[in-house]
Amino acid sequence: MTNGVAMQELSPGPARVSQRPQWLADGTATQLISAALLAGLVAFAVAGPLVWPDHALQDLSRFLEPPGPAEPLGRDHLGRSVIARLAHAAQLSLVMAVLCVSAALLFGTLAGIAAAWRGGWVDSVLHGLSEVFIALPALLVVLVVSAIANGDLWTLCLGLALSQWVEYFRMVRARSGLVLAGPAVESAGLLQLGPVHIVRRHLFPELRPLLTTMATFGVGSSILALSTLGFVGIGVRPPTPELGLMITEAFPFYHEAPWMALAPVLVLTTILIGLLGLRSKESRA
Amino acid sequence: MTLSTAKPRASNSALRRFAVPPALAATASVLGRRAIQAAGVVLLVSTACFAIVQSLPGDIAFRIAAGRYGYDQVTAASADSVRAELGLDRPVWLQLVDWLAGLASLDLGNSLVTGASVAGELGLHLASSLQLAVAALVLALIVGATVGALAAARPGGILDRLTTVWVSAARALPPFLLGLALILLFSVHLGVLPAAGHGEANNIVLPAATLAVGLSGLFARVTRDAMAQIRQSDYVRFAATKGIGSWLVFLRHVCRNTGVTLIAYVGVQVLVLIEGVVVVESLFAWPGLGHALVHAIFWRDIPMIQAAALALALMVVAMNTVVDLATAAVDPRPRHKEAVL
Repeated sequence: MTNGVAMQELSPGPARVSQRPQWLADGTATQLISAALLAGLVAFAVAGPLVWPDHALQDLSRFLEPPGPAEPLGRDHLGRSVIARLAHAAQLSLVMAVLCVSAALLFGTLAGIAAAWRGGWVDSVLHGLSEVFIALPALLVVLVVSAIANGDLWTLCLGLALSQWVEYFRMVRARSGLVLAGPAVESAGLLQLGPVHIVRRHLFPELRPLLTTMATFGVGSSILALSTLGFVGIGVRPPTPELGLMITEAFPFYHEAPWMALAPVLVLTTILIGLLGLRSKESRA
Repeated sequence: MTLSTAKPRASNSALRRFAVPPALAATASVLGRRAIQAAGVVLLVSTACFAIVQSLPGDIAFRIAAGRYGYDQVTAASADSVRAELGLDRPVWLQLVDWLAGLASLDLGNSLVTGASVAGELGLHLASSLQLAVAALVLALIVGATVGALAAARPGGILDRLTTVWVSAARALPPFLLGLALILLFSVHLGVLPAAGHGEANNIVLPAATLAVGLSGLFARVTRDAMAQIRQSDYVRFAATKGIGSWLVFLRHVCRNTGVTLIAYVGVQVLVLIEGVVVVESLFAWPGLGHALVHAIFWRDIPMIQAAALALALMVVAMNTVVDLATAAVDPRPRHKEAVL
């Protein structure tokens, strides 16, 4: 993480002179590596399921087969290809996370703008609702909602979106309130440019960088929540491959087949490190 | 979640000898706001639990019968008897009214699986969850504040950079992976600590450490930033100019002002802590609320799901209330802006 800037501001005396060229400054290097890591993972999640289309193909005579040329990550305790399952699990995690974050972002942003714009009872109702949701741990919401159907994907997605919309709502409501009360919007209103113009030209540019940062974070925490649920045993149901579930399944065979447990752990940590490293400045979330 | 860090305090408050006790009005408004929040949480969680469990696939009566008598003993007759006994065949809205009325009279009902009173079981779970949460929080605060203070002593120094690495690592490692790693290291390979269980004194070490690592990284970062900023502030320099010893300046000015930021930040981290409690308890078989919730969801034990979920959510509200009051007590300046949480 870069807090080089902050450090230079805080350190007494002259600022440290950077030895490296500008484009290889602390932050950009981290970001480049992170972006490369993530791009590799996304490629794996997209192409992997095409290369190994069947993740449920069993060959019990080859259980716990060590990695070899045919199977880069060997086979698991039921004789299934580990790399095929890993590719499908990575795909599932990324797709689900992006879906959840999109839903939460869309709803939270719209609700936030509505609350700031209309004020009055709309604001009161939405704000009251957000006050309640802010006190609920995300995992609790997902757990309770995912109890609807045995780890059906859409309920997991709904739970995650429900647990995340509040953050977007609160941020957008606070920011939009400031922008909408400003002189720029007032003059746009006097010129009768209409609400679409105000949203596009005034609100959107102001909110976009913040929303991007929050969404990056949100994807990470969604992937984490999914794998945590799988790990605890109330997430995605077997035989669907899911990172957390794969770790749980592999753990009893840790001594015989360490690659089985390490592969999903590595994928998970790579995703998280990549997303953490992408952010240029450390924000306090 | 964003946190608006407290501005360095005006110098006149630092020169005050005693903290003015918080006005009664401030306390009342905090308590009122949190009480409304708690009521909303109870209503939402309770209704959600009920609605969700109503829409479950399959026949609840069969599952409950299976939980009670074992899978090989389940017959249509035993399921029917369960259904009649628990009133599972009445219209939904009647059951919901019953449900909320029972909750209003503080009757949490009986576990559908064990038949025991949920309130009694809840007390045990709550005690062990609180034990774990408090142990983790204290550990994280001690470690985090110490490391942060040492890092702030030399901004940009070697320790400061190590802290940054530690914070990032602690954040990139999900609690369950960290817990697994700790189990492998201390229980499987070294054999010095028990991996699971409850009752022995050393049972709490691994779960509390797992929770504390993630939190301590964040606390270290906040402490470091706040301290580095406060050290540069006018009132600290003035105190040093006056000739006050460096230790006294550190304790009286730097520590107290850092405390304001740190306490406010604990409130932000309460959610992370409670989430961690759920995960870590399931991993280490620690008999707390999270463990109970996961099991109740697995067995569709409706009253238990509700009780555990409510207790966890109310724990968050209670902890935040304590943080609000503590912030008001430590930092007597009037506040015109509400904290984020």
